[in-house]
Amino acid sequence: MSTERSQIVGQSRRSTIILGLAAWIAALLVFFPIFWMVLNGFKEEIDANSSPKLIFDPTSDRYTEVTTQTEGLLGFQEAFTNSFVIVAISTLLVLIMAIPAAYSLSIRPIAKWRDVLFFFISTKFLPIVAAILPLYIIGTRYGLTNSRIGLVILYTAMNLPLAVWMLRSFFSEVPKELVEAAQIDGAGIRGQITSVILPIVAPGIAATALLCVIFAWNEFFLAVQLNSVDGSTVPIWVSSNVSTRGNFLAKLSAASTLATLPVVIAGWAAQKRMIRGLAMGAIK
Amino acid sequence: MTAATADRAKLLAKRNRLEAWKRRLPLLPALLFTIVVTQVPFVLSLWYSFTEWRINPPSPRTFIGVDNYTGLVSNSFFRDAAFTTIFMTVASVLLSLLLGTGLALLLDRDFFGRGLARTLLITPFLIMPVVAGLVWKTQMFNSSFGVLNWILETLGFDSIEFVSRWPAGSIIVVLVWQWMPFMMLIVLAGLQGQDPSVLEAARVDGASSFSIFGQITLPQLRPYLELGTLLGTIYLIQVFDHVEVITGGGPGSTNIPYFVFQRSIGGGWRFGEASAFSIVVVVASIVIANLGLRVLSNLLEGEAP
Repeated sequence: MSTERSQIVGQSRRSTIILGLAAWIAALLVFFPIFWMVLNGFKEEIDANSSPKLIFDPTSDRYTEVTTQTEGLLGFQEAFTNSFVIVAISTLLVLIMAIPAAYSLSIRPIAKWRDVLFFFISTKFLPIVAAILPLYIIGTRYGLTNSRIGLVILYTAMNLPLAVWMLRSFFSEVPKELVEAAQIDGAGIRGQITSVILPIVAPGIAATALLCVIFAWNEFFLAVQLNSVDGSTVPIWVSSNVSTRGNFLAKLSAASTLATLPVVIAGWAAQKRMIRGLAMGAIK
Repeated sequence: MTAATADRAKLLAKRNRLEAWKRRLPLLPALLFTIVVTQVPFVLSLWYSFTEWRINPPSPRTFIGVDNYTGLVSNSFFRDAAFTTIFMTVASVLLSLLLGTGLALLLDRDFFGRGLARTLLITPFLIMPVVAGLVWKTQMFNSSFGVLNWILETLGFDSIEFVSRWPAGSIIVVLVWQWMPFMMLIVLAGLQGQDPSVLEAARVDGASSFSIFGQITLPQLRPYLELGTLLGTIYLIQVFDHVEVITGGGPGSTNIPYFVFQRSIGGGWRFGEASAFSIVVVVASIVIANLGLRVLSNLLEGEAP
């Protein structure tokens, strides 16, 4: 199919090779900082803190160092557990609320569905910093700072508008006749969603969930302002490896590699679905 | 009108209302949650902004009217931060859109190992901003161990302390590196939706590659480019993490999010004044949001209500 398409578009063999080469050079350049970070994580500090070296004696000592618990400091295990719990629960909450909302904005739309959709997206334009003071004050008063609950609530609010927006576009792809047929068969909203809609939009839900996971896993600002003592997440753990005394580059690289790994692997696995999901978000 | 028809009309109206609420019901949890968590803090911010309220040294909260706002107009630090925000957002959105489109065009053709190349290209978007900032700062820009300076020195140039020489520029480089893949994915989706037979027809008619791109591909990509601009702006206008780890708010790189942070819980502890800053930011954002929403309504145009 691809050669056919090349012929249709009329690419000559030579231009295909040259442009393919250009794409590969771009890919390697863009990926280089990540490659370098992974490489540095396997170095001795002395090798990492010198002029750049490609050849060295690889060691996994830095990984042992960053995963070993030091008394009184935020440990690897604690940070990853907090992040996993917070990200999983907030993404689940987002989906539980966004799926019915997307339903009533697309399949059986309410009268002013456009206005409601605009409202959801408009909340994303409001800067988080502008809300951080009241959140900090409310959080301290009700004991929500330095706990997982506070971040779960905020990450849910942070991702909900995006999820509603994306899911609505997937839902409007579902053929109306199928939903009507299910309605005639006496299926309620829950029945329609689980037996007709969900199977069709499953890839879209996966893409949406993935974006929510990426943004929540990587979030730093709220985490460092509200949870700097307890319930700290992975981004805080990474930045805690920067020290003002002594060399830390190799250690920081090892920690960074561990911190980014879960989301990078998930993203790699789901890239095609993400492309499809974003395409629908643009058009429908 | 007889009493019976009036009753029936009432009953019908009641049933319609019930039906309308049944339709709204699935929406309510998401809507109420969003209103409570996002709108309540802003109402509180608005109230704080009319007060004088310092935490350090602690002082009682007193109502001072619009004094915080009048002080803000003459605050040159705030003006600088506003300018930095606009510059960083516009530069990083435009550059990542431009480069992302270029990469998408390269990836739309078939070549050896295309899947792997695409995988490598999207990775920066998946990287945690804190990690991206730290890696670039300590391992790329750094004047003694950084790869960029090693290249400069190998080529016979003097090394440059990139971050202190171009603080905003360094941050923009990292932002573009992270957001270019996102733009690439969106444009790629648009390119893959193109109809090959239209392109073929244009080619048969003797159109050059450039005119095909300008007259067929680009107009088709418009909604995708608009979506990319919109989503990119939403996230890039709020950049905090990169500023924090790359320059720590050094001269020329403090944007408004970082500025508000510095004046309040980041050490300033002047809650009243900082709240006034945030309210101005909210108003400015609403203006920008309105422009953005106009783009959105163009996107939704033509869709049956």
